Amino acid sequence: MSKIKNQKLKIDIDHVARLANLKLTNEEKKTFESQLAEIVGYISQLEKVDTEKVEPIGQITGQENVARKDETRPSLSQEDALANAPKTHNGFFEVDAIFEEQ
Amino acid sequence: MIDLQNLTIKEASNLLSSRKVSAVELTEAYLAKIEKYNPSLNAYLTVNKSGAIEQAEKVDKLFSQKAKLSPLAGIPIAFKDMFSTKGVRTTAASKVLENYIPVYDATVVSKLNGQNVINLGKTNQDAWAHGSSGENSDFGPAKNPYDTNRVPGGSSSGSAVSVSADLALAATGTDTGGSIRLPASFCNLVGLKPTYGRVSRYGIIAMASSLDSVGHFTKTVWDNALILNYSAGFDTNDATTSQSKVENYAEGIEKGIKGLKIGLPKEYLDGLDPETKELVKKAAGFLEKLGAKIIDISLPNTEYGVATYYIIQPSEVSSNLARYDGIRFANPRDKFGAEAKRRIILGTYTLSSGYYDAYYLKAMKVRRLIVKDFTDAFEKVDLILAPTSTGPAFKLGEKVDDPLSMYLADVYTVNINIAGVPSLNIPGGFIDNLPVGIQIIGPNFSEKLIYQTAFAFEQETKFYERTPSI
Amino acid sequence: MSYEPVIGLEIHIELATKSKMFCSCSADYFNKDPNTHVCPVCLGLPGAMPVANELAIKLTHLIGLALNCSLPLSSKFDRKNYFYPDLAKGFQISQYDLPFTQKGSIEISINGQNKNIGITRAHLEEDTGKLLHSKVNDKNVTLIDFNRSGVPLIEIVSEPDIKSSEEAKAYAQKIQQIVRYIGASDADMEKGSMRIEPNVSLRKVSKGQASSVRELPSYKVELKNINSFKFAAAAIEYEIKRQSELLDKGETPAQETRGWNETKNQTVSQRSKEEAHDYRYFPEPDLPPFVFNQDYLLELKKELPDLPDQKLKSFKDLGLSDYDAEILSRSKDLAVYAMGAIKAGEKAGITAKKIANEIINKKPDINNILPAKLVAKIYQSAQTSDLSDDELTKAVEEVLNENPKAVTDFKGGKENAFMFLTGQVMKKLGKKAESSRVRKILIEKLK
Repeated sequence: MSKIKNQKLKIDIDHVARLANLKLTNEEKKTFESQLAEIVGYISQLEKVDTEKVEPIGQITGQENVARKDETRPSLSQEDALANAPKTHNGFFEVDAIFEEQ
Repeated sequence: MIDLQNLTIKEASNLLSSRKVSAVELTEAYLAKIEKYNPSLNAYLTVNKSGAIEQAEKVDKLFSQKAKLSPLAGIPIAFKDMFSTKGVRTTAASKVLENYIPVYDATVVSKLNGQNVINLGKTNQDAWAHGSSGENSDFGPAKNPYDTNRVPGGSSSGSAVSVSADLALAATGTDTGGSIRLPASFCNLVGLKPTYGRVSRYGIIAMASSLDSVGHFTKTVWDNALILNYSAGFDTNDATTSQSKVENYAEGIEKGIKGLKIGLPKEYLDGLDPETKELVKKAAGFLEKLGAKIIDISLPNTEYGVATYYIIQPSEVSSNLARYDGIRFANPRDKFGAEAKRRIILGTYTLSSGYYDAYYLKAMKVRRLIVKDFTDAFEKVDLILAPTSTGPAFKLGEKVDDPLSMYLADVYTVNINIAGVPSLNIPGGFIDNLPVGIQIIGPNFSEKLIYQTAFAFEQETKFYERTPSI
Repeated sequence: MSYEPVIGLEIHIELATKSKMFCSCSADYFNKDPNTHVCPVCLGLPGAMPVANELAIKLTHLIGLALNCSLPLSSKFDRKNYFYPDLAKGFQISQYDLPFTQKGSIEISINGQNKNIGITRAHLEEDTGKLLHSKVNDKNVTLIDFNRSGVPLIEIVSEPDIKSSEEAKAYAQKIQQIVRYIGASDADMEKGSMRIEPNVSLRKVSKGQASSVRELPSYKVELKNINSFKFAAAAIEYEIKRQSELLDKGETPAQETRGWNETKNQTVSQRSKEEAHDYRYFPEPDLPPFVFNQDYLLELKKELPDLPDQKLKSFKDLGLSDYDAEILSRSKDLAVYAMGAIKAGEKAGITAKKIANEIINKKPDINNILPAKLVAKIYQSAQTSDLSDDELTKAVEEVLNENPKAVTDFKGGKENAFMFLTGQVMKKLGKKAESSRVRKILIEKLK
């Protein structure tokens, strides 16, 4: 796991921005790259904590098996569902065409 | 004319129930003050003028019908703009949600509306709760009423300002890494971060799901305890809420703290600014005078808190903000501000293939160590006393260009969120005439004990009486 | 160079629960007006939070048991993060490393030969919204309906043990049958409550090399957009051919997703939805984990109904042929009915074979004819089936001759006389006659 050896670490910002569905300007890329390198360098100090025998903890409440009965409740009206949408058509949300075949 | 400057919920409630003041009068007084001071303080993003009057009229009618009403009836409060309020614009202080109007209420909003509070409006904050100063708002920062050249603290900046400047009697907030406690410290307020799972998160715009805690600001401890009576409780819509009984937090608040063991963690005092350290030690002295025993304790993994937090939080943020794609609601993603983009990128990175083990998974392990620090400590002591901030409010613009330095301001608050335990910031004194708060931290679901301790301290010191002159 | 197909099937089954997986909207979304079965949760509105459907979890466990899977005692949900317009939250709540069930197998039968197909896992997740490609004001658009968003979905992943399109079809049909037997889903390919995604690759097999050499090929092609068993088989066939042609040329087929085009009868490369398949899985923080104990698992085993294989065996144990047993055990309703009829038939001395024939050939309406009634009908015709029309006619004529008064009475309008005459005929024939046949002949003769 020694991808985090150096104190200031470079992120492949193009790749990560793509994964995050964010379009960054060249200016932003430059600024973020250096700021994030510093931040990543800082958070990488966790590497020195001995956690060999430690289990990760996700749910700090200690709760388990929270589920609900299979019962229905009224849904939103179609009007409410669409209320904040920028573009709708005949009860559907509308976006520019998405092509799935080459 | 009602003197809003020294008004508390307790007093307002008495005025209303004795009909010395009507709900409409009280509400109008707040609305007038908001109109006068909000342009300079920027506490509110949306003022719910007509809605508030309508609610107030309803309350006056209920009073005239001699309906049985809770002490919160007719009390004007503000909601942080992370809380979904049906029919009232909710922005999270981001241009992405500039025109978003929720079609449903958050559970806490329903609950408080059910007690007939008056919704004065939605308060300013760091956009998406990303920040510790209020300067990351897409609509300009709120200003600290004690010194308008200084930050009020964040992310619940506007909520703190509204209560501190008497533009509301209480305000709700969220605390993920200190976002209630830090502004409470800077604005001389009582700010609660309850036990994770004590108050429902349903309907509140998520920041970091495993860290977000829902709380509120008031001027006094009793006021604060009262609100928790109504906001707390199990919610079928939030699978992380606790089934444990909601106590009457205000009842028996004057019990006193004789024999209570209060820990002072050395890691929080080492390296602390000398003036702040002095203030904390003085606070410990007051508590001793009131009958508590101060015990030195250690929270050994404290130093890893900020790193742990700034891995877990951005990771969850990057996922929670994925729904803002401009299709079903909201503006497109290019309207995200710089801090939001930064955290999304950071969080996407720490979760990504090849890095997940070293970052998110590792942070989840260190998290367990930090949880254990607190569990171990609470076997030795009943409560923990700690500083909330490194000192009083810093100047606007001082830290904006250095994100990491801004993150480090959270050093005394984040470990509490990581562990999930409750903590209450109360006015702790003044440095350079600026308020500085202290935290009282307890084990899970110990809010009642925390309030009793805070009340004793508050009545002894009365720091809340020093209100800002705006 | 000969190639051996290496095929795995990923099958998605929509569960027939009343409500959705993480919210209380009705899951009965098919053919409803768009965006009328949604709420803040399944629409991914700011502030909404999931709460798991306990029946969906139970059905997942039952399906796992039916697939001979093991049920781990610890499980959780995870977020699968990617962007697509039909994915409201920008992540799907699914399961990553601790699924509800894993490591099972089912037996399929091809031309009388049995074969085991391994099952890697069956996990629970939520469905996405539906996209519709359309034209609005002359512009190409995509319309989105979130009624389907959040419906509980089980993903069943097979091991790459399948070697042909026939095996793939048999496996898919078996899964469909089992899931219907449990009542977990109607598993209808046309309605979209069952979806198949085969992945196909070819393994080079040199002469004499044992096919037990289990090295997997270096690539794998995923096939989508298949909405019938027929198309699944066709798509697999097409892929096997396409890939072997490439391999013959010395090329390795690209690792990609291809869609089945039913008009062109071929698979076509799809522009990848998620360029980098980095789903950044992490445990869903809003859903506490699940822990099960042995008591719960034992209770589940009791609740599991008889499955197709068991029903098949019980019919064969009664002496029925493989063919008959297979047909009778195809659906649970039919199997239960047939078994009920056979048991009733035993008491009346009618063989299982006779009952089987009646059901298979005559296809009675099993929803409206009770098994006991069916047996009675068979008994009756068994008695009368060897009486010819001539014999019946002879008996009728004899009775009419012997009872002239009754004939006159009937012609004079007395209905009772007809019944009397019918009874006389039946008596003469020794009650072996079918009364309907007798009446028909009587009526004719009395004209």
